[in-house]
Amino acid sequence: MQSVWTLLSWGPEGWLDDIAYGVFITVSLAAATLPVGLVIGFLVALAKQSDEPSLRLAGNIYTTIFRGLPELLTLFIIFYGAQIGIQQVMRLYDPTAAVEVNAFVSGMIALGVVFSSYASEVFLSAFRAIPKGQYEGGYSVGLSGWQTMRLVVLPQLIRIALPGLANLWLILLKDTALVSAIGLTDILRQAGVAARVTKHAFLFFGVAALIYLLLAIISSFGINAIERAVSRQQVQR
Amino acid sequence: MSVAAIDRPPALPRGWPRQRILGYALVCLWIAFLAGIAAYLILAWNGELFAKYAPGYVSGLGITLLLVAISIVLGAILSVPIAYARMSKNRVLSGLAYAYVYFFRGTPLLAQTFLIYYGVGSFRPQLEMVGLWGFFREAFNCAIFAFSLNTAAYQAEILRGAIQSVPRGQWEGAASLGLHKLQTMWKVILPQALIVALRPYGNEIILMIKGSAIVAIITVYDLMGITKLTYSRTFDFQSYVWAAIIYLIIVEILRHAVEWIERRITIHLHR
Repeated sequence: MQSVWTLLSWGPEGWLDDIAYGVFITVSLAAATLPVGLVIGFLVALAKQSDEPSLRLAGNIYTTIFRGLPELLTLFIIFYGAQIGIQQVMRLYDPTAAVEVNAFVSGMIALGVVFSSYASEVFLSAFRAIPKGQYEGGYSVGLSGWQTMRLVVLPQLIRIALPGLANLWLILLKDTALVSAIGLTDILRQAGVAARVTKHAFLFFGVAALIYLLLAIISSFGINAIERAVSRQQVQR
Repeated sequence: MSVAAIDRPPALPRGWPRQRILGYALVCLWIAFLAGIAAYLILAWNGELFAKYAPGYVSGLGITLLLVAISIVLGAILSVPIAYARMSKNRVLSGLAYAYVYFFRGTPLLAQTFLIYYGVGSFRPQLEMVGLWGFFREAFNCAIFAFSLNTAAYQAEILRGAIQSVPRGQWEGAASLGLHKLQTMWKVILPQALIVALRPYGNEIILMIKGSAIVAIITVYDLMGITKLTYSRTFDFQSYVWAAIIYLIIVEILRHAVEWIERRITIHLHR
């Protein structure tokens, strides 16, 4: 019977190095998804607050579909769907082609799509909180539409949307656990392997849960720092 | 204030501005996409397969709904003492409740489910001693246990937020009328709090329905589990498409139901 500390040590005896690799994968997946999700979410929010009904409709269909599907199902659909789709196309040229879709990229797309559909709602309510006079003011001092957006609206938008986006980041961090189901070696997958080999399931899954908790705590420190920095700008106005 | 003072919204620009071209293009893309899925389902239609697996989907849907219903109810019961502890002035009590809520909201539901499903094996002798081993051997029971604890944490926060959103004057007014604390809670505070809480509760149920898909990983044959099973047997991608349609329909029904109830119970607030 090995002691708990041997199991949790670094090196060939222990599992800490494997779990650390899982932490690396989880964090890089979440960090890679965030910019994609933010950009798509912002664009969808732009479409949903536009005056043009057809743009609003297109944006609303996007949100309805990807907020309504379970994250795990979205992940599977993108992972297997992309595999089958690409394979079909490849077969046209090479009948023996076998395609393996990258689990990391599939996870990134699936989580990014889900994140962006929630983020678009956050951005949309932030857009609604900005008075129309801001646009009119930008227009009256001779700014173009794009300049008004970049110099007048966006700085305020970010400040208003920040709490909601911070919340979404924490949800994203938790949702990355799902990619262990398509074989990506994230924290949970590594903990599962360790649990199966050593038969100390409660220990390793407990450690995995605590690592997620730690990541959430670290994130909230970071979020607080960003919020302080952003609100300092507001005071100087 | 005269009605005439309100301006009519400006008329939409005529012709084909850039936004409209983009909007029509995107809507056409969506139509093409949805039509493509419909065409795929029609082309891939296989009566034999449907007859074989459709009953599985129905029972899987039943398991999903049962799982969510039991977890939500148990979680609601459990959330009351947690919310009470969270609002209590006793530092230890509120600290413990805060730690509970923080843990269950800060870790993935999947990790919690694994912790309970695979982790209870570590406590087999103790559980056998108290006779609970039979309960925890079933994946379905483990899922209910994990989901109830998880949703209790979220529901406790919803309840606390809703109760604290009721102004203090309501408590004081009730006290001045000589109402007991419990009476105040039941007759004055809760009716107002629940209006605030309805939408978050609805969202929590939707999140649970979506979150319950993960039980497929621990071999419960809910809607997602049946879908995975069907796919692994047939390698027919339409099994996932059908599941997506069913999940979308449930979530949309729930979302509209919550909106309808909210309109009904806030009638007295609209003038």
